[in-house]
Amino acid sequence: MRRMTLIAAFVIAALAILVPVLNLLVPASSPFHVPDYLVPLLGKYLCFAILALALDLAWGYCGILSLGHGAFFALGGYAMGMYLMRQIGARGVYANPVLPDFMVFLNWKELPWYWYGFDMFWFAALMVMVVPGLLAFVFGWFAFRSRVTGVYLSIITQALTYALLLAFFRNDMGFGGNNGLTDFKDILGFSIQAPATRAALFAATALVLATFLLLMLWVVGSRLGKVMVAVRDAESRTRFIGYRVEHVKLFAFTLSAVMAGIAGALYVPQVGIINPGEFSPANSIEIVIWTAVGGRGTLVGPIIGALTVNAGKTYFTGAFPDMWLLVLGALFVCVTLFMPKGIVGTVSDWMERLPRKPAADRPASAPAMEPAE
Amino acid sequence: MRRLILVFAILLLGASSAMADLRATVNALGKAKLDGLEQAVKAVAAEGGDASQRTLDALGEGNLYVRKSDGQVFIAKTDGEGLSLTDPVTGEAAGTAPKSDLSKIKINNALRRLLKAQAGGSALTSPDAGKRLSAAEAVFKSRDAASLPALEDALAKESDPAVKSALELARASALLASDRPEAEKLAAIGVLSATGSRDVLPALAAAAQGTGVVADAAARASASIETSLAYWNALQNVWYGISLGSVLLLAAIGLAITFGVMGVINMAHGEMVMLGAYTTFVVQEVIRNHAPGLFDASLLIALPLAFLVAALMGMLIERTVIRPLYGRPLETLLATWGVSLILQQGVRMIFGPTNREVGNPSWASGAFELGQLSITYNRLWLVLFSLAVFAALYLLLNKTWFGLQLRAVTQNRRMASAIGIRTPWVGALTFAVGSGIAGIAGVGLSQIDNVSPDLGQSYSIDSFMVVVFGGVGNLWGTLVAAMTLGVVNKLLEPFAGAVLGKILVLVFIILFIQKRPRGLFALKGRFVDA
Repeated sequence: MRRMTLIAAFVIAALAILVPVLNLLVPASSPFHVPDYLVPLLGKYLCFAILALALDLAWGYCGILSLGHGAFFALGGYAMGMYLMRQIGARGVYANPVLPDFMVFLNWKELPWYWYGFDMFWFAALMVMVVPGLLAFVFGWFAFRSRVTGVYLSIITQALTYALLLAFFRNDMGFGGNNGLTDFKDILGFSIQAPATRAALFAATALVLATFLLLMLWVVGSRLGKVMVAVRDAESRTRFIGYRVEHVKLFAFTLSAVMAGIAGALYVPQVGIINPGEFSPANSIEIVIWTAVGGRGTLVGPIIGALTVNAGKTYFTGAFPDMWLLVLGALFVCVTLFMPKGIVGTVSDWMERLPRKPAADRPASAPAMEPAE
Repeated sequence: MRRLILVFAILLLGASSAMADLRATVNALGKAKLDGLEQAVKAVAAEGGDASQRTLDALGEGNLYVRKSDGQVFIAKTDGEGLSLTDPVTGEAAGTAPKSDLSKIKINNALRRLLKAQAGGSALTSPDAGKRLSAAEAVFKSRDAASLPALEDALAKESDPAVKSALELARASALLASDRPEAEKLAAIGVLSATGSRDVLPALAAAAQGTGVVADAAARASASIETSLAYWNALQNVWYGISLGSVLLLAAIGLAITFGVMGVINMAHGEMVMLGAYTTFVVQEVIRNHAPGLFDASLLIALPLAFLVAALMGMLIERTVIRPLYGRPLETLLATWGVSLILQQGVRMIFGPTNREVGNPSWASGAFELGQLSITYNRLWLVLFSLAVFAALYLLLNKTWFGLQLRAVTQNRRMASAIGIRTPWVGALTFAVGSGIAGIAGVGLSQIDNVSPDLGQSYSIDSFMVVVFGGVGNLWGTLVAAMTLGVVNKLLEPFAGAVLGKILVLVFIILFIQKRPRGLFALKGRFVDA
């Protein structure tokens, strides 16, 4: 497992360099050229991969099935979106140097207090991490303290993201209402549509994914990681032994939320828009299927799952739009019934069954996953 | 014979001289300038009769013209290039004339109001009770003091009670606008405020202008009416809350039972509701095409069918998805979500993504008033229906052998199995019953909501909230939770708006869960989780 993860991190970091090179430096006629439209699409897939990895930390390793992770993703996205909106300045449709277009349209006279500071990148970057993290911390503190677990917790996270959906849809919340934030011009001074910027964003996403992969490897390999697995498999027993289960869960949940927020922040400049639809419960449940398809409780699995499912989605919604929801539904049913360990888990199960010569220095396999619920 | 002819001749002379008088008054309309027009109109109105009414109507509609050559007044209508004329006094056609020969008699708004009041005044004595009623209401709205004498005359002769009370109100409102003594005005205010209705507020507001005893009394009457209206409004919101609560009850009760017995949340529960609604649609389509007379019974036919369809689908899901995943509730959640996606898309592909029309049978249409409360029949039937379903379930759970087994399995599945209850069977049947109830909830919901593939989704989150709030395995918990959430939601709406109200309810539930993680009416007993 550890070796597989390290290889994966290396591959992704290599992609961070390879894809921009193939896009910018290789001429368009060559078969190795990566077309311009593909760069942000791949970047989007990698953002989803980060998101799936984040959920894997909470669910696969700590047993918290959060059906509202899309909320953290979207909150990070909105923070980045607000920075990008402030960057438009006087180039918007209404040419107001301070107020974004939608505020002028709503006849607002000045910037609301919660928009202050978003014209500075470092502040926006900070908010990308702080806002989802704070929400997760407060929510988790209340929830885990009261021992809300299992199905109840999942329903409550759904309610949370649904409430945020309703709130952000309102036009007078000051976040763009049902249109969301869009029409971005540039980021850090570079035009957002330029191929060079897109390649740079892709590279940044890939590097962040590789970094998070290594970070996760470190966390789950540590003692805290082992306690997390214990909480997942036998919560009461872990509590009786003396570990502070609430603190462990809170840590996992908050870290997962921060990672999801960063994924959202990288997603928005590549896609060019953030709207309240990202908060929808259906989106959050889709994240779970990415992780489940790839293999929860592994580190590489969610990445593979996110890439596969989203590639499938792009294909099906283009070729057979009616079929996509049927395929997705069938995927949910079949993966839970027949492939509970996901692609990576099933493959590694097969590989373990192959006859192998015993080797003393073979790295230990991942802890056997047996959901106790 | 000669006497007869004499009488006849005198009558004719009299009539023609009367007609001549009328003609002179009508022609005066053409001669008068705008200031004098009011006098002329009053003179014509004083003559009374059909001719005068005809003339005044035409004047009000802008169809009264005066011929420039001889000053005769005609009713004219555009006829191609020219105008076709009618004699106002006799009502007969009087040929055509080019437009340049005639000029329109113009009126202003004050004259228009006067004409309206006159029209109302004459209709007050019409033989048709309906016309008298609408005339009285027109005068009530116009608050014209000039129509007071006509009103008092009509009141004295009135026999129909409904028209009489309308006349009283009209008289009271006209009084307030007139110069009658204070005592009469105070009495009028009393008459108006006794109705307690919203319609008298403009009259009272007009009388409350300025200072004095009358103005004060009018202001006080206004204030007291507005307070009582506020109470009625709150009561109306409570009614809407009860109606919403009954809908939530229907949608959630199946889920609560299933969750209690099987320990799994069925994310496809909303789709069972949707299937029930679509069953109603199909039943109505078949009836519309083959047996239109049965339409009023369509709901009664749809009920057992919807139950069967949803129950069968529920059994299928239980066999194929739930049973293999027994003991893994989180994965069951995901798998049932997948099933819900498949069902939604399936229905979308068969019936199309747009709303389908499900009609109300005649006994569920319309509304009735209770004081200032307006209660629609379809909502009333839905409330009664959900209470009936609740009662039936209560009997099922508490008075039948199956119900006993169900409760035993809910409390402690292992123990129930150990004493010989066939828990897989109980689980399967419970799931079927729960889904079936969702199906009949769909029949009810089709009456008040749009029938579309997304119907299930909109009730999904709400059903979960009811179950989480009320606790599982307990019917009373679901009832209390559904009604509370419905009423709170609707009471918050006027203050915070529908969306913010919903958000507040969701936040409230999230916080409530902290205090009571297992819901309001939690099952007592020991639970072993791993």
